[in-house]
Amino acid sequence: MDFQDNQNLIENKEEKLLERVEFILEVKNLTVSFGEEKAVDNLSFNLKKGENVAIMGPNGAGKTVLLKALLGILPYDGYIKWSKDAKISYVPQKILPEKNLPLSVEEFFKMKKAGMEQAKDALASVGITDERFLKKMIGTISSGQLQRVLVAWGLVGNPNVLLFDEPTAGIDIGGEETIFNLLNKIEKERNLSIILVTHDMSVVYGFADSVLCLNKKLICHGPPAEALGSEGLKKLYGEGVTFYKHEH
Amino acid sequence: MSTSYYISLITAIFIGGAAGYVGSLMATKKMSLVGDVLSHVALPGIGLGLLYGINISLGALASLILGIILIWILSLKTELSMESLVGVVFVLSLAIGFLITPEDELLHALFGNISAVAMPDAVAAVFVSVIVFISARIIYSKMMLAYVSEDLALASGVKINKYNLIYLFLIAAVVAFGIKVGGTLLTSAMIIVPAAVARNISRNMRQYSWLSIIIGVASAVGGFAVFPFLAARFGLSAVAIGPVIILASIAFFAISLVFKNK
Repeated sequence: MDFQDNQNLIENKEEKLLERVEFILEVKNLTVSFGEEKAVDNLSFNLKKGENVAIMGPNGAGKTVLLKALLGILPYDGYIKWSKDAKISYVPQKILPEKNLPLSVEEFFKMKKAGMEQAKDALASVGITDERFLKKMIGTISSGQLQRVLVAWGLVGNPNVLLFDEPTAGIDIGGEETIFNLLNKIEKERNLSIILVTHDMSVVYGFADSVLCLNKKLICHGPPAEALGSEGLKKLYGEGVTFYKHEH
Repeated sequence: MSTSYYISLITAIFIGGAAGYVGSLMATKKMSLVGDVLSHVALPGIGLGLLYGINISLGALASLILGIILIWILSLKTELSMESLVGVVFVLSLAIGFLITPEDELLHALFGNISAVAMPDAVAAVFVSVIVFISARIIYSKMMLAYVSEDLALASGVKINKYNLIYLFLIAAVVAFGIKVGGTLLTSAMIIVPAAVARNISRNMRQYSWLSIIIGVASAVGGFAVFPFLAARFGLSAVAIGPVIILASIAFFAISLVFKNK
């Protein structure tokens, strides 16, 4: 790395810092209840523009519920404010189309009122370039391909915020690696904020600028290395949990 | 063949096509039973129509709309699934329908009676079928998206509840104007069977929706084509046309099983 590169790096960082003054999302006293039970309890946090955030927490901690509240598809109490220019897209945890569902990949994209060019562009972003793929029935493609299709579907319309619900869930190890690479690639290519729910620590450390630990209440929030010190993890998952960082 | 025969044929063709089309939207799991049994919710209205000499289609429509609103309110007030609520309203309608429908008219209410189809009925059926087709076409892809993933649909701004309600009204319209030809049983069959046939053999949504219409129409035409021979051979009355159309659609279903895609 020569001097010029270093200089650029520093300038980029400064630019990023300046951008970060602006919040893309402000959440205050957010509570989501199902009957008597509070799935998400009095959360307050802000997310900066361009920030990649990992939401972590044990099963039933309200991660998906939080995402859905942020999307506005679940009723909630409190305050959720997206910045005016936020264009949000959502990639669900999984969909389970029946094998014989009469719907082609192409038609699935048409549902988003996307021109075919946009759909192809989005599919190319997730590494699918074979045109014949568009004619396949959506129930017959593999779960890894389906995950890619869902990501591509989320990218159609050029959002600047992408909400992922466990993008690694249900995919084998080989596929998991590619989804992780994919996130990095998409984030760089399309310059967007990614908010993702994940259990995968390597994704958290390798990808997220900040982590939001959730167990109904907000347990920690900050850069992964700080927030997920062993104290943070103990608070989140209980005693006896440690994580050894993989060096990639 | 009498004029009434042709009038009924045209009615059956349009209702068959419209029913096949709305039926194909019943891919939505929550709705599958709903559309099926909803047709029987027409019975009390048919009964009242027969008792007081009102057009039975209007009677049917009134009781269908009442039934849908009842189901809707119950679904908002209770935690019960749409299926069980429709089940409750269904048996309620059946009971009331059987109590108030004159006994000798019960067969007509269930199986239809082509000789009762007059020109105004046919005109109304054609008109309603076209309206239903256009409306269903507008909501089609949103309903399908909701079927693939409710969350995706909601996140994309699709008002699922609103579309479900519209969908129920579309079914009500098809049933109300189809009952003179085929009674409640035929119309419910026309909603279910063509879509099942199409699902067996189509590879995408376009094929699926068009095949549902085509099979619906073909069943009606097939039923009417075969009926005179069966009537002559076995001395069937006009009431039997509905069941013959159902059998025609089932024949298509059997054929589709052979060509079922893997």
